Amino acid sequence: MKYMILLYGAPAVEPAYGTPEFAKMMADFGAVSAKLVADGVLQTGEGLQGVETATSLRIRGGKVETMDGPFAETKEHLGGYYVIDVPDLDAALRYAELMPPAHWGTVEVRPLMNYNPAGT
Amino acid sequence: MSQAAAQAIAVTRALNAVMRDDRGRLIAALIARLRDFQLAEDALQEAAASALVHWGRIGLPDNPHGWLLKVALRKAIDRLRGGAREAQKSADLAVLAVGELDETEPDMIIDNRLRLIFTCCHPALELKSRVALTLRTLGGLSTPEIAAAFLDAETTMGARLTRAKAKIAAAKIPFVVPGPEDLAERLTSVLTVIYLIFNAGYTAGPAIKRDLCEEAIYLARMVNQLKPCEAEVEGFLALMLITHARRAARTDDEGATVALADQDRTRWDQAALDEGVALIDTAITRRCAGPFQIKAAIAACQVAGDEPDWPQILALYDGLLRYEPTSVVALNRAVALAETGEIEAALAQLAGLAQALDDYQPFHAANAELLARRGRNTESMEAFDRAIALAASPADAAFLLKQRAKLQK
Repeated sequence: MKYMILLYGAPAVEPAYGTPEFAKMMADFGAVSAKLVADGVLQTGEGLQGVETATSLRIRGGKVETMDGPFAETKEHLGGYYVIDVPDLDAALRYAELMPPAHWGTVEVRPLMNYNPAGT
Repeated sequence: MSQAAAQAIAVTRALNAVMRDDRGRLIAALIARLRDFQLAEDALQEAAASALVHWGRIGLPDNPHGWLLKVALRKAIDRLRGGAREAQKSADLAVLAVGELDETEPDMIIDNRLRLIFTCCHPALELKSRVALTLRTLGGLSTPEIAAAFLDAETTMGARLTRAKAKIAAAKIPFVVPGPEDLAERLTSVLTVIYLIFNAGYTAGPAIKRDLCEEAIYLARMVNQLKPCEAEVEGFLALMLITHARRAARTDDEGATVALADQDRTRWDQAALDEGVALIDTAITRRCAGPFQIKAAIAACQVAGDEPDWPQILALYDGLLRYEPTSVVALNRAVALAETGEIEAALAQLAGLAQALDDYQPFHAANAELLARRGRNTESMEAFDRAIALAASPADAAFLLKQRAKLQK
């Protein structure tokens, strides 16, 4: 069963670059990534640049509308994600707990849609 | 009455009895095999419909439970054959083909029900959904019964149950007893759900058909049986037994609540009290304290001897505050303090809680009572009025009106 672990954080409460807290966060991310690889569950994962770099788009009445900024103006933004393959939700939640943003932001766990049931 | 009609009635009765008493066990066994709540429910429903036809013709089977299980499983297989795509179908059927269905083995039944309650009470589900799903699958209550207990529309409750079952399937919430690292937290969730069921029954009183207090005690007994020697589970069951033992004395002939001190003790269920007190005594010897054990010990102190041991109760509330530092526990502690004679000190503590508990009926009732004891009648009246306006049940309102009337004399 594949799950996406979405990492939401708020820039205002995240550890600032150059502080010991920032160094610890990076070390923790390194540790959790290494564990996902070692456990053989990691499918993919990326960090995203800040929302100030985001561009949103929608098509209405056949016309493309391009907008500066993220989909929604909220305090917490999507900052990165992992996709893991584990037996069930409990296993996915155990990895989600290890994600550094769980301490100051929110970690969301979503099962991926299964387009190919025969492949399971 | 014709032979056939008599037979039909007997069969219907027997079927209803099995479906009422064994529904939880049957569903647990089916979900264990099918891993699909909805499929299990639908299959059991179909099996019950064919039981009505077949049992009417051939008479009651020796083992109605086993008959229903076997037929339900066959119905499920039919559904899977008819519905799914080829690849999924063979995968599902492979799961079913693992050995003959032997659910008569007691260990298997017990294990399945325990796994089922942990699934129903999984923290990934909304709390209210956990309560509803537990009542539906383990208590065997119908959707309308659950809706009535929580004052919800039937369709709303039906939609909630459907959503919960769909999430269990889609997010793959496992059907397992959690491992040691998660057990404490997950057991707390299970006990919280059962406690909410108990409280719903306590508040509703006889207003709803099924006694939810008894349902909760049944579920707690089950967990205690399946997971023996857990001090908090024992304390939890003890708390409910002691509380429920007083139900007959809790309201007077006019339906008004009766305060503990004024209750007719001959109307208490002594057997249930004894069982509860024995359980909490056993739990305490395990030396693994927890909030439910403390609450049960408080309840035990309130019913032991001729009158409650207030200094002991006060000490227990101090202990409870360490686990649950909430305004409600602080309120109860202040009441215990007043009962030891420290009324002024208790009133001072209540004043500190006034803002946090402004919408909480028991706060105003306690405040009114203590103010009255100090002869501050005008303030006491005001507090009674506030409490009456907030009363959750007619029984409580009737009690408060009586207390207020005493003041006017």
